[in-house]
Amino acid sequence: MTRQVFAYIIHKDGVADDTALEMVAAAGKLDSDARVTAVVAGAGSKLDSVCNEAASSFAEVWKIDNPALAYVTSEVLRPMLVLILPKNGIILVPHDHFGMDLAPGLSIKLDAAYLPDAVDFQGIDNGKLKAVREEYTGQVSTHVLTDISEGVVITVRPGSFKADESKRGEGHVVDKTPEAIEGGLPAGSCRFLEIVEAEVGDVDITKSDILVSVGRGIEDEDNLEIIHELAEAMGGDVSCSRPIVDAKWLEKSRQVGTSGQTVKPKVYMALGISGTFQHVGGLKGSPFVIAINKSPRAPIFQVADVGIVDDILDFIPELTERINELKG
Amino acid sequence: MEILVCIKRVPDTSENEIEVNRDGTDIERDDLVCSVNEWDNYAVEEAIQIRDRVGGSVTVVSVGDEEAEEVVRREMAMGADKGILLSDDAFEGSDGRGIAAILKAEVKRGNYDLVLTGAQADDGAAQVGGMLAAMLDWPFASLVNFIEFVDDKKIKVGREIAGGNQEMYEINLPSVLSIQTGINEPRYVSIRGIRKVASLEIPVHTAGNLGISPESVGEPGAKTKRLDYFMPEPGEGAEILEGSTDEIIDKLIELLKAKGGIK
Ligand SMILES: Cc1cc2nc3c(=O)[nH]c(=O)nc-3n(C[C@H](O)[C@H](O)[C@H](O)COP(=O)(O)OP(=O)(O)OC[C@H]3O[C@@H](n4cnc5c(N)ncnc54)[C@H](O)[C@@H]3O)c2cc1C
Ligand SMILES: Nc1ncnc2c1ncn2[C@@H]1O[C@H](COP(=O)(O)O)[C@@H](O)[C@H]1O
Repeated sequence: MTRQVFAYIIHKDGVADDTALEMVAAAGKLDSDARVTAVVAGAGSKLDSVCNEAASSFAEVWKIDNPALAYVTSEVLRPMLVLILPKNGIILVPHDHFGMDLAPGLSIKLDAAYLPDAVDFQGIDNGKLKAVREEYTGQVSTHVLTDISEGVVITVRPGSFKADESKRGEGHVVDKTPEAIEGGLPAGSCRFLEIVEAEVGDVDITKSDILVSVGRGIEDEDNLEIIHELAEAMGGDVSCSRPIVDAKWLEKSRQVGTSGQTVKPKVYMALGISGTFQHVGGLKGSPFVIAINKSPRAPIFQVADVGIVDDILDFIPELTERINELKG
Repeated sequence: MEILVCIKRVPDTSENEIEVNRDGTDIERDDLVCSVNEWDNYAVEEAIQIRDRVGGSVTVVSVGDEEAEEVVRREMAMGADKGILLSDDAFEGSDGRGIAAILKAEVKRGNYDLVLTGAQADDGAAQVGGMLAAMLDWPFASLVNFIEFVDDKKIKVGREIAGGNQEMYEINLPSVLSIQTGINEPRYVSIRGIRKVASLEIPVHTAGNLGISPESVGEPGAKTKRLDYFMPEPGEGAEILEGSTDEIIDKLIELLKAKGGIK
C-alpha cells in the first residue's frame, strides 16, 4: 500500500517558505514510494499563488481557504487539520516557531505518535520509523524508533534536508475547505490581535560585511570589551547569540538566528558560540565562518570554514593586538 | 491566580561537555552537573512575578526520580509556594506524550488557572507544553515572551516568532503557555534561600495517587523510543588551525585579509 505523507507548507506574502522544498526532500528520504501531499492554509489570492507554486513540486495540494486564516494561527488551524487528515497518515511540519506551536497538540488530537525535530530518516521497518535527532544543543545525536502504525506527526529541522528542486508535481489542487470547517469554526478562546515588529537598533547587522559574533562563552558582561575591541580592529560590527540578549548585555537587534536577524556578511567570527541550528539558521549567503571555541566538539566546527580551539578570553586580546600592530 | 509550573532537571550544558558512554546506551553520567532546565527557570520567575502582581500561588512540579527533588527545592527557594514531585518506577522511559499525560493527571487534581512550561528542554523536543494543552483541551501558546492580565478570565500574551517579531493574542483562562528565555531576568537564588527550604516536605505523587495506569506511560506507553546515543558524524567540518598561538594568529590574519575580514 502506498503510504500517504503530508507536508505542511508555511508561506508569507504569497510565497512558500524555504522549508517547503526541504519537506519534499524529507518525504522522499522517509519513503521514496510515498504519495506526498502539500497542505496549504490561508485566505484569498495569495493562498492560490502558494498552492500553484506547491503544485509543481508535490503530487497533490490540499488547500484550506478561509478568512479566519488570513493570518494563520495554530489554534484556529489545528482543529481544521484534525478534520481533514487521515488517522494513520504521516504529517511533516517544519520545526520552527510555527511547527512548535501547532504540531505537539496536533499529534494528541490525531492520536498519532510524535517525533520532534528530526534531522534524518533511516527507513521504515515493520511499522517503525528509524530517525536521527540531536540532544544537548547538538553535542550528541540519537537514533530513535517511532511506532507510526497509527500515524505520526513529525517536525523536521529546517536546513537538515537539502531542498529538492525537481519539479515533478502533478499540479493537482484540491479544495478541502468545506471539510475543514465542517461544524463551524472553533470558539475563540485564543484570539490573534496583531504583530508587533522588532525594534530597530543602533546598527543594522544585516548590512555588515564583517561580523564579530559573541556567545555565552564570553562568560561575563565585562568581558564584552574584548569583543568590541576586536570588531573595531577588524572594521566590523558586533553581533551575538541569544543568551547575550537574554542577559540584556547587547540589544536584541544584534542577535543572529531564527528568532533574531538573518545576516549575510563576507566574514563571520563565531566566538564562544556552540552553533545550535537556531543560531546558524541566521547565517545566509555562505559567509566565511571562523569559529573559536574551547571545546573541540562544539557543533559550530561542523559549519565553520576555519576553527580554532582555544579560550576566547586569552585568544581574542592577542589577536586584536596583532591586527592593530599590522594596521600601524 | 493559581499557577502551576512544570520543571525538569537536566544536565547543565554550560557546565559539562556531554559525552556518550562506552556502549552508546546513555550519556556519561559520572560527575555530571545537573540543574533546572534553563527555560523552566524563566517560567518560574514569570509565575512568581505574576503572583506578586495579582495574588494567588505558584506550585512547581517535576516528573522524575528522587534527584529531581533538588530542582523542585531550588525553585521553591526562588519563591514558589509549593512543590510536588511526580515519581514512580512506571514513569521511567516515558516519551513526551507520557510526561504530558502524567502532568495532566496532576493538573486535574488542582484548580489551576495557568500552567507554564519551558519552551524546550535538554532533548530539544519542545513538545510537552503543547501536548498537555491538547490533552486538557485548554488553549495553548508557545514561545511566550510577554504576559499581561486583562481580567481574571483573560490574558494578553506575546509569542516570539521569526526575526524578533511578536504575535499578540488574547487568551482565555485556563490555558497552557510555554515560556521563551528572555521574558524576564530570573532572580538569583542564594545558599541561604536554599537552606530555608531545605527541610520543607515535598509531597511525592505516584501512578496510584494520580490514577494513571502504568502501561499507558513509561517505556510500555512510549511510541517514540531512543535506541542509542552516538557522536555526530564529523561532516566536512572546519579546518582546525594548529600550532602555537602566534602561528595560529599568523594564519588567521592571512585568511582574514584574503576573505575581506580586515578593513
Ligand atoms: C524557538 C527558539 C529560537 C531561538 N532562536 C535563537 C536565535 O535566533 N539565535 C540564537 O543564537 N539562539 C537562539 N535560540 C537559542 C539556542 O537554542 C541556543 O540556546 C543558543 O544559540 C546558545 O547560545 P550560545 O552558543 O551562545 O551558548 P551555549 O550553547 O551555552 O554555548 C557556549 C559555547 O561557548 C563555549 N565556551 C565557553 N567558554 C568559552 C571560552 N572561555 N572560550 C571559548 N569558548 C567557550 C562552549 O564550549 C560552548 O560551545 C533559540 C531557541 C529557541 C527554542
Ligand atoms: N520530566 C518533566 N517534568 C516536568 N516538566 C517537564 C518534564 N519534561 C518536560 N517538562 C516541561 O516541558 C517543557 C518542554 O520540554 P520538552 O517538551 O521535553 O522539550 C520543559 O521546559 C518543562 O516545562
